[in-house]
Amino acid sequence: MKYVEEFADPEAARRILGRIAARTTRRWKIMEVCGGQTHAILRHGIDQLLPEEIELIHGPGCPVCVTPIELIDRALAIAARPEVVFCSFGDMLRVPGSDGDLFSVRAGGGDVRVVYSPLDALTVAEDNPSKEVVFFAVGFETTAPANALAVIEARRRGLTNFSILVSHVRVPPALRSILESPDSEIDGFLAAGHVCTVMGDQEYRALVAEFGVPIVITGFEPVDVLEGIHRVVAQLEAGTAEVDNAYPRAVRAEGNRVAREMIETVFAATDRAWRGVGTIPDSGWRLAPEFGAFDAELLFEVADVVAEEDPVCRAGEVLLGVLRPSDCEAFGTSCTPRTPLGAPMVSTEGACAAYHRYGRLGREIGARP
Amino acid sequence: MECFTDRGTAMGRVAFGSITKDVCLALVPEAVVGDHVIVHAGVAIAVLDVDTARETLELFAQIDFGGEQ
Repeated sequence: MKYVEEFADPEAARRILGRIAARTTRRWKIMEVCGGQTHAILRHGIDQLLPEEIELIHGPGCPVCVTPIELIDRALAIAARPEVVFCSFGDMLRVPGSDGDLFSVRAGGGDVRVVYSPLDALTVAEDNPSKEVVFFAVGFETTAPANALAVIEARRRGLTNFSILVSHVRVPPALRSILESPDSEIDGFLAAGHVCTVMGDQEYRALVAEFGVPIVITGFEPVDVLEGIHRVVAQLEAGTAEVDNAYPRAVRAEGNRVAREMIETVFAATDRAWRGVGTIPDSGWRLAPEFGAFDAELLFEVADVVAEEDPVCRAGEVLLGVLRPSDCEAFGTSCTPRTPLGAPMVSTEGACAAYHRYGRLGREIGARP
Repeated sequence: MECFTDRGTAMGRVAFGSITKDVCLALVPEAVVGDHVIVHAGVAIAVLDVDTARETLELFAQIDFGGEQ
């Protein structure tokens, strides 16, 4: 694809790696926030090509991973109802709840369907007027415009059998939570490019001003990721802290105004529990009260679901960048992509899944014949 | 990319390499046929700034192999 392959050019990657090596004089810990970037880093071996002084810490930017288990359990309860068609992005289906996952609901007779877009779920609702169609609206700021649009479209088309189960989370409150943590040793951040495509850079400017850490808005191709790292290192070595945009072909300072207005119309700020991390104030969105008719949590009485996490899973520490996936006792043994204990081993953006897929198995497991 | 309307919603037929998909263009009213768009969950969230993309690539090409520019 045009303007994709060019940003995976090995020659450009080597040049930027040379610049990073020339600039680096001491140890730096840099967190890439987005799970998409984590996968790019491991897939292309960027973690192994960087100077050894630079350590990449994987952040909480995996929407499937941070969706709280209570909400998974509510999804399972709703999806099991005979009148419901439950639509979801594919990687939610294997995320373990307290007792089973969406695949097991489907195996038990539930109508669970994978869709590519919330707008596809809208079409399912139009085609099945006798069914209640529920879309599992998880995601960060990148996905919020699509979900907001689906609700606006449902209202415009007069659909009364469509609702969404919302678990939206936002990046800046999570960064604040990490920066305020006494355990945090992060020197600089790569901010998720497409989140900023929607939201712009305003909230990151506030974080930089308050905490004095460089934040570089970064894309997802290997050369983009390397340039983001290069610009963080350049700031750290120079002792500066600014918001820098290393993804200008996709990110404008004000974001996408149409998308932001749609989000503001449909959603309202709320506290959110992040799976394995805990509740972060004002860290998510719920449906605004005037869109209550589309709120699956209100339409289906599932608020009394009591959830139980697997006691062995240390996903919370992985999501905060405190524990490397391969250092978890369960990694690759009792927890694998086929038998996941936690969501980071399932999702296409999960750090555990990336380590497993790209063979960062850790010394002990890697040493086996 | 080509543009059309589906049940009142602005849509476009977008080529992703060798496959094409219909995506919603409601959030990028400035998009015209021939543009490159960034698509998330079936919805275009931005029109790629092609001039800026070219400038970035040129800057990468100017880096001396030794490291510093």
